[in-house]
Amino acid sequence: MAAAPQGVLDLLSPYPPGWGGTLLMGAASTIAISVGAFLIGLLLGTGGAFGKLSGNRPLGLLLSLYTTAIRAIPELILIVGLYYAGMDGLNRLLTAVNLPAIEVNGFVVAVAVLGFVQGAYVTEVLRGAILAIPVGQIDAAKAFGMGPMLRFRRVILPALLPNALPGLANLWMSITKDSALVAVVGYQELALATRLAGASTKHYFIFFLASALLYLAITLVSNIVFNLIERHVRRGQPKPHEEHTA
Amino acid sequence: MTFSWIVSYWPLLLAGAGQTVLLLVISVAFGFVVAIGLAFAQVSGGPLTQYLARGYCTFFRGTPLLIQLWLLYYGVGALLPMIPGLRQSLFWPILREGFFFAAVSFTLNYAAYEAEVLRGALLAVSKGELEAGRAFGMRPFTLIRRIWLPRAIRIALPTIGGEIVMQLKATPLAFTVTVMDLYAVASKVRQDTLLVYEPLIVVTVFYLILTAIIARAFRLIEAQVPSRR
Repeated sequence: MAAAPQGVLDLLSPYPPGWGGTLLMGAASTIAISVGAFLIGLLLGTGGAFGKLSGNRPLGLLLSLYTTAIRAIPELILIVGLYYAGMDGLNRLLTAVNLPAIEVNGFVVAVAVLGFVQGAYVTEVLRGAILAIPVGQIDAAKAFGMGPMLRFRRVILPALLPNALPGLANLWMSITKDSALVAVVGYQELALATRLAGASTKHYFIFFLASALLYLAITLVSNIVFNLIERHVRRGQPKPHEEHTA
Repeated sequence: MTFSWIVSYWPLLLAGAGQTVLLLVISVAFGFVVAIGLAFAQVSGGPLTQYLARGYCTFFRGTPLLIQLWLLYYGVGALLPMIPGLRQSLFWPILREGFFFAAVSFTLNYAAYEAEVLRGALLAVSKGELEAGRAFGMRPFTLIRRIWLPRAIRIALPTIGGEIVMQLKATPLAFTVTVMDLYAVASKVRQDTLLVYEPLIVVTVFYLILTAIIARAFRLIEAQVPSRR
């Protein structure tokens, strides 16, 4: 039946003919894609949240189209659609300015597409977090004569982070998992690396289990990190009730 | 933009939409039943059941659905024929299908997310209501059936609607294990006609309509539930 433990460990060894190295490279690439997309998402989301709260009608409509569409369409369809649209659009742009079409790096497209998707979710999380800041705090900052940038850095950001962190942590977890979807468009990250390892050795079960555990490790470590960050940004806040560890 | 291909592909599109809806209904219905068990195991089970149920939820919520699906389809699927007699059995034609594996993995995945929602809702039911039930001499099972679970489901209702929409949005993954769902049909159209965006747009519209229907249905259900606000 199943291979002897010795054989299994050989399969997962980091050096060829073992596939552990390929899996670890895939995991590194998954983390790199997720980090890149998360940062782009934060950037887009910050802009989106302030745009939505600015009260500018056309901008508000545009942004709610963005967030509603992204959140209503299945991730896989978005990623496949945007992947081709992104490649296509870039090449059309290049042809328009008389440059030769290029084969875009899969990594860049994956990060851009996932980041664009992530931005819609971040917008909503940040919008809620900004709205939860007591108006008086911002009024006080204005009364002290703080400019918009100083106000953001000294008052809004520190007050917003505790509200936004749980939501942002959830989004980070979901992006590490969503990044598996770029395997479908053929970019090699952990999911695709696992499938290749399985296909060439026929030991699918072992490899998928190993890669599931790698994803789980990413999730659990991120959990610890986010808990530490949250404790840091909540320092000095009164504890509403006894903290229960989940 | 050309949509003339719809004329020749609509029976296939319809069949694909049917598969998508079937996957959703199966995974939500069975997943909900499993989730009730998992939620009670965590809220009122012994240390071992609590540990196991929590481990289950952590594993399925911490790994991508795509990996779970492939683990089941390629991994377990490759091990199944080794069970003696299974290939000759009645069930083999079903066990060979990608649809079976998709349905099972979507169900297990949905159960893990839903269990977390229900766990919170079970804890949110006020102690007084449960004590009142006990004071009436209800046995544990009656208490769960008449008070604890119905109250928890009412509390969780808005979240459940959201979870079902999330599950709907996960269904296109089934195409990676040869299920001919709507997305797979769209991919086939793309290969046949070399149209890139039109088939994706049709699928998107279908998903938007289904999402709207689910949201609407839940608004109606929520309106049925009396609440003091």
